[in-house]
Order: sequence, then C-alpha cells, then structure tokens
Amino acid sequence: MEQQIPSFLLRNDLSVLLDLLVADGYQLHGPQVRDGAITYASISSLSDLPVGYQDQQKPGHYQLAEDHNKRFFHWANGPQALKPLLYPAREVLWQAKRNASGSIQFIVPVQSFEKIAVIGVKACDIAALKLQDQHFLQGEYVDPGYQARREGLLLVAVNCSYAASTCFCVSTGDGPSVESGFDIALTELDEGFLVAAGSEKGERFLTRLPLQNATAQQLDAATQQHETVAAMQTRRLEPIAVGQLNDAREHPQWQDIAERCLACGNCTMVCPTCFCHHQNDELVMKGDESQHIREWDSCFGESHGQLAGFQVRDTIKARYQQWMIHKLDSWQEQYGRSGCTGCGRCMSWCPAEIDFVAEANIIGGADE
Amino acid sequence: MNKFAQSNFQVPLSATVEAFIQESPSIFTLRLQLCDSTARDEYSFMPGQFNMLYLYGIGEVPISIVSDPVDSTLIDHTIRVVGRVTEGLAKLKVGDEVGIRGPFGRGWPLALARDKDLLIVTGGLGCAPVVAAINFALNRRAHYENIHIVQGVKHSDDLIWREQYDRWNQMNGVEVLLAADAAGPAWPFHTGQITELLDQVTLSDDSCLVLICGPEGMMKAAAEKLIDDGISPFSIYVSLERNMQCAVGHCGHCQMGPDFLCKDGPVFVYPDVRHRLMQEGI
Repeated sequence: MEQQIPSFLLRNDLSVLLDLLVADGYQLHGPQVRDGAITYASISSLSDLPVGYQDQQKPGHYQLAEDHNKRFFHWANGPQALKPLLYPAREVLWQAKRNASGSIQFIVPVQSFEKIAVIGVKACDIAALKLQDQHFLQGEYVDPGYQARREGLLLVAVNCSYAASTCFCVSTGDGPSVESGFDIALTELDEGFLVAAGSEKGERFLTRLPLQNATAQQLDAATQQHETVAAMQTRRLEPIAVGQLNDAREHPQWQDIAERCLACGNCTMVCPTCFCHHQNDELVMKGDESQHIREWDSCFGESHGQLAGFQVRDTIKARYQQWMIHKLDSWQEQYGRSGCTGCGRCMSWCPAEIDFVAEANIIGGADE
Repeated sequence: MNKFAQSNFQVPLSATVEAFIQESPSIFTLRLQLCDSTARDEYSFMPGQFNMLYLYGIGEVPISIVSDPVDSTLIDHTIRVVGRVTEGLAKLKVGDEVGIRGPFGRGWPLALARDKDLLIVTGGLGCAPVVAAINFALNRRAHYENIHIVQGVKHSDDLIWREQYDRWNQMNGVEVLLAADAAGPAWPFHTGQITELLDQVTLSDDSCLVLICGPEGMMKAAAEKLIDDGISPFSIYVSLERNMQCAVGHCGHCQMGPDFLCKDGPVFVYPDVRHRLMQEGI
C-alpha cells in the first residue's frame, strides 16, 4: 500500500482509535510501566500508557525516569515487545493420554486466538517481527500457533522520538521510523499525532477518526524529530559480510568476552528475533496424562548443543560464538539479512555489561 | 476441526510395537505400525530420513528409519541405548504403543547411483542411516554396478549383524570390508583405521556415489582420502547429527552454521559441509 501524506490526530483523540479497535473486537496491548520497566501488556485506556517516562539504558543498565513531558511514547523500549505475544515463552503443544490398556491418544489443547491490537510498536520490533514471520511462517513448515496469533494481530506503530544510548537501529537499517509492516503509524508531536495507514485494515480505522489535515509545520516537526533521533544514535554496528565473523573464530576477543560472559542467556531471552526453544514432557500427577511443553531455550544453556555422548559447544566461548555468529553472520544465509534489528536489549539486560555492538565491531575488524 | 490438528507435523501419531529385535546388548530394532489405517496408508519415506519417536511421559528422540520403503506400513528403527528416552524404548514389548512424527529430513540421493558403483562407508556402532541405504540398494541390486560396503567399528565386539555382512559379501557384485580399531582374538578382518580399508576397495571407476555416515572425524578423513584418490567431492554424501527436537527447522538446536540439519539434512553433499566438519563449536 502506498504511503499517503499523514493526517493529524489531537493528542486525546488517540482514545477514539482505542475505542474503535475495541469495538472491532480487538484486545488492546500497549506499553506501560511495570516492575520499573516499559512492558507491553493488556491496556484499557490512554491512562495506562507511560506518559512522561523515559528510559536510561547502557550495557548492564536500565532505569526509568519521569521527565515530565506529556508524551505517551517518548522512550526507546523495554525488555520485551511482540515476541511473547506470537511465540509464547511456554506453551503446551499437545497432551498424550494413556488409558488402562496402554494405548496412547494425542490431544491438541483447544485454544482461542484473540484479535490483539498492539499500540506503540517501535521500528526495531516490527523489523524483528518480520524475521520471526520468516522463521515460523515462510519456510517449509508453518507453525500453526504462531500463524493463528499472527493473523489476529494489528499493529499501531510509533516512530521513535527518543533513542537510548543502546539503540543502533539506524546502522542496521531498521529505524528509527517505521517504513512497512504496520497497520497504522503514529508520529508523536507535543500536541498530537501525525497518522498514516500502512494497510487496508489500518486505513479502515483511519477513515473513522477525527483527523485534520497536517500542517506544514507539523510535517516539518516530524522530519526534524526523525533526524534528531537518528543523530542521537552514536552507537553503530558496522556492516558484517557473510562468513566474516565465522572466519574470525580464532580472534582473541572471543576468549576475552568468554571471561566476562556468565552464559545466563538473558540476551537471547530479550532478543526479539531469537527463536530457539526446547520441547519437554511433563507427566501430570495421576500418571495417565503427559504434557508436551514447548519453552524458549538459549544457545547459552548446556543442553542446547547436547547430543548422546557429545557436547557440540562445551565452553562459554563456543556458546557466545554461536549467539553472535548466528545472529550477525549465518542468519544472513538463512534469511537474507542479519538477525539483529538494533534494539540494544541484549546489552541493557546483560548482567556482565557486555557491549554486543562494540564486541562485534572489534571481531569484525571495524575497531582495529 | 481444530486448526492445529490439520498440521500434524507437530503432533505424533500412535503406533504399535509389532516386533522387538535385540541386535546386541545395547542395540535393538523396533518395528512399528501406525494405529490409524488411513495414516498408515498415507505414510511414506526414503532411506536416510528419520522419525521422531515419542515414549510416553518421557519425550521424543530422532531415529533413522532402516526398513525398506517398499513396505511403509512396517517401519523399522534400529536404536542404541544412549539416554533417557532410548533406555525406555529398550524396555518396550510387542503390543506397546509409542508416538511417531515423521518422516523428516532429506535422505540419501540413491537415484544418482543408477548404473554406477555405490560405495557405502560407515563407522561407529551399526550406523543406522546407511543401513537403510544398504538395504535399499541390495533390494534393487540390478540398479547399480558393484556395491561396496566398508564398515569400521571401535572394537571388534561392537560389530552387529555379522551374519548379514557375511550374507551380503556372498552376493554377486557386493564387496564387504570390515575393520576394527581394536580387535579381539579370531577377528578375521582388518585391524586399524577405516581409511586404510579404502585402499582395498575395487571400484569400477571414479564415477561412483559415496555415502558416508559415522563420527565427524571419520567422515572427514574418509571423504578427504577418497577425494585425494580422484573421486569428485560432489559424488560424496554424508549424514550429520545434532540435537533435534522439533524436526522442522524451528527449534534451533540442530543448527550447524546456516544449516538446520533436521530439514536441510541430515544428508548433505560433501562440499556443502566440508569446511564445517570438525570445526570446534559449530
């Protein structure tokens, strides 16, 4: 769908959009302050949004501050965005029931898939969603749960007006403004929003909003804001060619990282594109039923590379290599681009303060 | 109908143990039949593909199919006891039920060996993926020139199917060469590395198809030796092994560089994986 000149929506009229979405059967999800971080969860009104909050981030550090602005979305991100909505951290894939004669029946639990509208999705997370779509939907096998949830998803994106020190989406080509993959895009200005549709679904809602024509000043302000937030990003991931990191497995920096890395797996849990999961059986107490569980897994865990009598990656160095080389290098061969969209979460939520971008630039040779 | 049930690659089908064959103290073969007759009729596979076998309450393991696809209603899996699930599978009896998901993966490209010599090299304990290829080829003997089977084991006591090797060796145009790294008394075959045996293979010419399965180091050594001897790397296929849980390229455990072994393999043409074999941590 072609991008049109955006219209203007007054600040408080964003509630009209929320009401329209609810009337159309959508559950609303959006950012809110929870446990000291911006978290996406169910919301019911504009008052749930994190007005006036801003996140301070650096490797090993995330802190929210109230900076008394009136904006809903003047922050960078929190630990999670869309991934848990489409690809739950834990779910029952099927149940096996065994009757007295020993025969086994496999049952898929009946689930209802709600239509969910997410308000305030950032460009890095939409880029990550596209990568998860490639992985779960566009290969040989289509994941049915992901597909059902994805079909019911409506995305109201917000162009970033603020970048944390960990943000580097400009260098990965994924932000700070959204270009595609959304239904509605908002650019937040002090007095309201520039609004644009990105899909026919989104367009249908826009036609029912109390929109005004955007003024030249508002359009200028939006352009200015885009340039300002892009310029705020001082962190930059240098381009990595296919094979470049894999060929640098002997680089001494890997061992240096391995001595700091705790192999906790936080980076993989907060990464919006990581897809690894394990499947385990949990016997229900009575013994006549077993749940087959799918749960997020991490390449930093001991069991990830475990084979009968053989451990593929038995050192932290080898596991860190798997994480970084897969994400930035071999991902390109798998999906045609890098698996990193510049959100910076792997750094903020790293307890060892490992700076993923700086390390990649060193190993890639950009910092020498 | 439940939306999930239409895509059954995630959900096992129940199957009955039709036969349990103890091959050695730690190796056994499970002959399974799908309980549902429609599923049984629709099921088909190729040599080198694998199933996910589910043991009730414990979990799933990837196991190669070793029987001939001509009868896909009885599906044989030769299994070595190595972990929790295989220990449990070893205790099954005829009539017990398990779950099957599959078949998955890319098998051996046996059609490429038509009217050529077929060289099958295997190391380790009765490597199941190539047993499927051996059975397939011997049942279609006329499709190929000579068939050469080169099997190495760590210790002579590890060799299973001894009678079968003897029987194969007596077939017209079939050559069986066996080696043990360490041999007990009265071992009539070669003692030493499998690569040493490759010098004894009498190929009709270099245009053969080579299938290799075993530990990565052995596969690499065998493949490199054959390439040195003039065989094209593109005629060599290897079957690789990694942790596999979903079997459809989603769970990420079986990645080796950019490949998902479960769906891009487990069988690969050698040049595609040559530089990765034995690379630490990959």
